[in-house]
Amino acid sequence: MSTGSLHRTSLYDAHVALGAKMVPFAGWDMALQYPAGILKEHEANRKGCSIFDCSHMGEFLIEGDAVASGLDRIVTQSIVDQPVGTCRYGMALNDAGGTIDDLIVYRLSSEKWMVVVNASNIDKDAAHFRRSLASGVMFKDVSFQTAKLDVQGPLSRDVLKALVPGIEKLDHYTFGIFCVLGEDVIVSRTGYTGELGYEIYYPWDKAEKLWNVVMDDKRVYPTGLGVRDVLRIEVCYPLYGHELSEAITPVEAGLKRFVDMNKIFIGKEALVVRQQVPSRRIIHFISDSRRAPRQGHQISLNDGTVVGEVVSGTFSPALGLGVGIGFIKKEFTGTVKDIIFGEEKLRLGAQTAARPFYKTGSLKN
Amino acid sequence: MEIVEHYLYTKEHEWINMEDGTGTVGITEYAQSTLGDITFVELPNVDAEVEQFEPLTSIESVKSASDIFSPMSGRVVEINDELSEDPGLINRSCYDKGWIAKVEISDMDESSNLMTAAEYGSYLESLEREGEAEGDE
Repeated sequence: MSTGSLHRTSLYDAHVALGAKMVPFAGWDMALQYPAGILKEHEANRKGCSIFDCSHMGEFLIEGDAVASGLDRIVTQSIVDQPVGTCRYGMALNDAGGTIDDLIVYRLSSEKWMVVVNASNIDKDAAHFRRSLASGVMFKDVSFQTAKLDVQGPLSRDVLKALVPGIEKLDHYTFGIFCVLGEDVIVSRTGYTGELGYEIYYPWDKAEKLWNVVMDDKRVYPTGLGVRDVLRIEVCYPLYGHELSEAITPVEAGLKRFVDMNKIFIGKEALVVRQQVPSRRIIHFISDSRRAPRQGHQISLNDGTVVGEVVSGTFSPALGLGVGIGFIKKEFTGTVKDIIFGEEKLRLGAQTAARPFYKTGSLKN
Repeated sequence: MEIVEHYLYTKEHEWINMEDGTGTVGITEYAQSTLGDITFVELPNVDAEVEQFEPLTSIESVKSASDIFSPMSGRVVEINDELSEDPGLINRSCYDKGWIAKVEISDMDESSNLMTAAEYGSYLESLEREGEAEGDE
């Protein structure tokens, strides 16, 4: 595996100095985990405070009227009635109703927007936006100028309150412009772990200073992409490439509440048709043991009938059990409760469960 | 990377400590640090017959599952029950308290297929060099 062409965030050296295990992810050389290990990182996030370098993610700036610019047509949620200073999660769909990406829209002012997208989809998304926005609308891909530090966990507000004066006023899914170490930057109360948490958008070449200042607080642990995946699976958040793809509609992925069927958006007509006969349905399930489902495992019934496949799975440190997310094929319409997951030689029991698996996060504290 | 002098090793990073015809089997420091936090150990059945370099059991870490291969052929005579409750014992003490199974060895000659501590040390160095060469591409 060649690593020569991988992008590095401006915190690459900081991660290496901490002893992080670096791995390729979406074209980036990213910290998978630090020497403390994923279980310790998990505990830091769920009980204390953790910091992720998510500078690989994409940020677009757009200027224009919500509707006239074409932006409202690109996303599945309405942004017309979105208050300034709030964030909205939604998707961009292709003409067939499949998902180009999931994203968050920030309304910076009545006619200024920031859209945050997945690292793996930056180029594809930028092309889709440029193609779909009205001509003359200002669109800037600022992904490579924008670092993003996620400070997450029940103690994150306490950790940040001196550094980000006024952060206490931020409600869930809102943001503000704050002066952080002399830079006026966007800080939003958003995240991907199910805990209270903040995302700080910061100038690329100054991010190491911010990282170091936050890390100076002994309550803060560095956390990598390994535990990030565990945490998001525990709260059943989708990850593009697993629960979402060009082939999968948000409705099939269980994300209907982020699709506003009362507005016009690209892919809506196809989605209306596909909603009648979904190609798959999502299930969430908890293993009977500590053994974890893994992506690609088959899902079958007790009688051996194969009914679907696992798309995400992990050991859940919070539950002490394996947890998984999978899709059931459209051919199987019956109720799914007790299932078997695994592969040829490995058949393990599990039961479907209501999402999220981990229910006591500090998200709304 | 810690290596115990009088144990023998496999290329898959298992170790065996042979005394009086019985071998205690576990995984090496390299294996445990590569796997990360171990969350589950499937213990083999006592009396199970195992073949050299064939699967003995499997281990799961938070993000992956791996087969563990038996360094020698024989019959499983004892398993480390503590691992069911505390699989992290392997991370904390891979060469001692985190042993996995004891095997009554059926063919001592097979030990010539294993590496000594010195050979295993060189093998790890060669893996590291390969890793670095890949990184330079």
